[in-house]
Amino acid sequence: MLLIPCPWCGPRDETEFKYGGQAGIESPTDPDALTDEEWVAYLFLRDNPKGPFRERWYHVAGCRRWFDRTRDTFTYEFLG
Amino acid sequence: MSRLATGGSRIDRARPITFEFDGVAYPAFVGDTLASALLANDVTVVATSIYDGRPRGIFSAGPEEPNALVGVEWPGGTTESMLRATEVELLDGLSAWPLAGRGRLEAEVAPGRFDHRHAHVEVLVIGGGASGSAAAIAAHAANPDDRVLLLDAEPESVGAPGGSGVPPSGAGIERLPATTALGVYDHGYVTAAQRHPTPRTEGRLWHIRAARIVMATGATERPIVFANDDRPGIMLASAASSYIAGYGVRPGTTAVIFTTNDTTDPVAADLATAGIALAETVDARRGEVVVDTLADDAGRLRAVRIAPLDAAGSPDEARVREVAADLLLVSGGWNPNVALWSQARGTLRFDDALQAFVPDKPGPFRALEATGRAAGVIAGIGMVALTWIVPPLTGDDWSTHYVDLQRDATAADLRRALGAGLQSIEHVKRYTTIGTAADQGKTSGVVASAIAASLLGQEVGAVGVPTYRPPLIPVSFAQLAGRDRGLLLDPTRVTPIHDAHVALGAVFEDVGQWKRPRYYPKPGESMDDAVLREGSATRSAVGVMDASTLGKIDIQGPDAGVFLDRVYTNTFSSLKVGSCRYGLMCRVDGMVFDDGVTSRLADDRFHMTTTTGNAAAVLDHLEEWIQTEWPDLRVRATSVTEHWATVAVVGPRARDVVATLAPDLDVTAEGFPFMTWRDAVVAGIAGRVFRISFSGELAYELNVPSWYGRSLWEAVLAAGAPHGITPYGTEAMHVLRAEKGYPIIGQETDGTTTPQDLGMDGLVSKKKDFIGRRSQRRPDSVRPDRKQLVGLLPVDPDALLPEGAQLVALDADLTRVPVPMLGHVTSSYRSAALGRTFALAMIKGGRDRIGERLLAPMVGGGTIEVEVTGSVVFDPENRRRDGELNEHGQPAT
Repeated sequence: MLLIPCPWCGPRDETEFKYGGQAGIESPTDPDALTDEEWVAYLFLRDNPKGPFRERWYHVAGCRRWFDRTRDTFTYEFLG
Repeated sequence: MSRLATGGSRIDRARPITFEFDGVAYPAFVGDTLASALLANDVTVVATSIYDGRPRGIFSAGPEEPNALVGVEWPGGTTESMLRATEVELLDGLSAWPLAGRGRLEAEVAPGRFDHRHAHVEVLVIGGGASGSAAAIAAHAANPDDRVLLLDAEPESVGAPGGSGVPPSGAGIERLPATTALGVYDHGYVTAAQRHPTPRTEGRLWHIRAARIVMATGATERPIVFANDDRPGIMLASAASSYIAGYGVRPGTTAVIFTTNDTTDPVAADLATAGIALAETVDARRGEVVVDTLADDAGRLRAVRIAPLDAAGSPDEARVREVAADLLLVSGGWNPNVALWSQARGTLRFDDALQAFVPDKPGPFRALEATGRAAGVIAGIGMVALTWIVPPLTGDDWSTHYVDLQRDATAADLRRALGAGLQSIEHVKRYTTIGTAADQGKTSGVVASAIAASLLGQEVGAVGVPTYRPPLIPVSFAQLAGRDRGLLLDPTRVTPIHDAHVALGAVFEDVGQWKRPRYYPKPGESMDDAVLREGSATRSAVGVMDASTLGKIDIQGPDAGVFLDRVYTNTFSSLKVGSCRYGLMCRVDGMVFDDGVTSRLADDRFHMTTTTGNAAAVLDHLEEWIQTEWPDLRVRATSVTEHWATVAVVGPRARDVVATLAPDLDVTAEGFPFMTWRDAVVAGIAGRVFRISFSGELAYELNVPSWYGRSLWEAVLAAGAPHGITPYGTEAMHVLRAEKGYPIIGQETDGTTTPQDLGMDGLVSKKKDFIGRRSQRRPDSVRPDRKQLVGLLPVDPDALLPEGAQLVALDADLTRVPVPMLGHVTSSYRSAALGRTFALAMIKGGRDRIGERLLAPMVGGGTIEVEVTGSVVFDPENRRRDGELNEHGQPAT
């Protein structure tokens, strides 16, 4: 079980969190300007790197705040 | 009797006890294990092997035991279906029985007490031997403020000779006796099982988070593989020393030692003190090996066959000799216990001097160390011979060369696996099952790797060992569950009115964690009858239901209206204070996520309702968008589900009931129209009344602070009594809403359903953006053959379609599979109002099929023919919602 560094509560067990997937996916400001392919890419396509990955977490059973963290997907280390 | 007159550091000879094995009573002492006590009573055959049915004895003195599997009944009556005799600490009155390789899980819930505890420490030391004790003491000395936790698999500390090095519990070091680490997970997380932490508690599961972990897990002696190496009387050499020194037990009378190293030297000395004759020491380093064993009629070891190796390394058939012995002590070397190290993703290397895998580098959790024998420091082992397996004396029969005693897997199985072309040790493990039994291959795993390596012509280090996985030792489901079972498995949520439902004889159903009344049967009444009665009473007079479980979210802030416009498919910013609106909520993929009525309480405040089971998910959804996408919006969302008790008064007589309860409230259709709400005092309680309806009937949803929920319910029943008010449950509620074509999100929908599929285009704004809008224009979202919500009327008005039934064309050839499926039934009921059955269904291009007939093939044969209708099968004109009566005093229909 991961020990996730919540910026508000400190390190807490993974079971207190909900995973939010890749961070930094920008919501299109004008969805109608996008082709179907571009919209589908925004909806469904995500990076899957081996190594550092910026991710979103929701401390649902704690402070209920969303935050981003970088984690190595191979070693599971939180990098910042 | 093989109990020695003196000796036995672990037993208390002043405290004799009695136990039973296989129906026979035997004496023992406090401190004995079941294994030591059996050996003390000359019980050497204690189990039968799983597939080959061979008699088996006690092979070890520790958790690595592959053979001596027993069922146990503790003195308190708790039974354990499968334990290792070497790990059962005897209690007076314990009863055990032999197993044939495996136990059978008890069908009954284990009555014993099990619990969980959590610990957070700076230093965790796994292992209570000399190295572990020293590590704990050193850690404490280095930083006295650190919390140091020591897991000791032994019940009594044997940390150092005379106990001098034993760390005291308290004062910064806590020692958990009889505790074995089960698994090491990410970020210093360790689980451990403790046996009998208190006299009344059978087991405790520890959840430990450590900043630093010291592995002092010791080493396990490994056997050598030869023909008939599994007989009772054959054991690991160090086990004999343990039984002699620890328990004052003589495990045999005449012994042969078969060794590859020097650690058997002190064993020979222990045999002498116990009066066991050492017939011969066969040292592989001197070119001699044990090639086979012989048994007596009971299958016990009777003699050992020994031969020198010839120049080619094969046993010399011409020079075999036979030595009588009832004890064969084997030592093929020592494996550091690296399973937990490996679970922590520490790397291993093969040490040529030790001929064993030893810890190399820590993994991502860097504060990981190994110490003592676990680190490969095996005192007095000397040079280790490269002898893992002794070939058959003649021929090519490897079928009694047991490698994994618990799985009855042999060298013949290994040779077959490699002959089949398998090369990876992971594949070999799965093919042969070596290492997959409850003992996880503690004595067989590395041996199997070495044999595979020699057959492959590779180095053992290159072949490696299969992945070590938790749990390190078997752990019962009861212990994993702890107290999280029965009522404590998951919280049970009940409304403030719950006790009244119980008193009315309600049958409850689970909706998420909530208990909701499903129906209220009268004596002798079936569910169908009760549901028809409740629905009929509600449509003809007045019904009442507890709607308190509905999710309620308080939305506040100057931008609340803008926020709801983005969250719902329809517009809320234009909603007037005092009004209510049904809203549909989608995910960004365009699919329906939730629905409910939201009311405007003030310019900057809305009261949102959600489906019962989805309340938490909706709040999380709102929080995500507020926090991550629209932090500029001045809006906050707070759950108030349990703040309010909600009682829905429903039916043509509802106005009379509410008028009685709230004399100051204008309840007329003109003064209090549909889809509005009012502050009101109801039954003397200040609350809110909403004129919303989930049945199509005139309805008032009375909301009061939950403390007053029960009072309100009783007041409603009293005020409604003259009108025959009838409490109804979720089942009747479902029928009433389905008659009106109101979908249940999660029943009609399944996460691939758009508002358009539900026929709710009218609720989808064309003028504003909202979550999911763009996705609803995707080509897949506008396919003409998408499943759409429709109603179904079975041609036989008494035929009830099973929910989930598939629908096919009327002329479909049911003999040609696959039969093209057109859709499925989502809800199906008997309707009191229609006097017949009906259903809702999701059907491909369904709205264009209205009037068509389809078939629902039944499991087990037969079909039900149905006619497709619109989704609203009752009062499609909504003439009943204001409850006006016609000239005959009946509701206008």
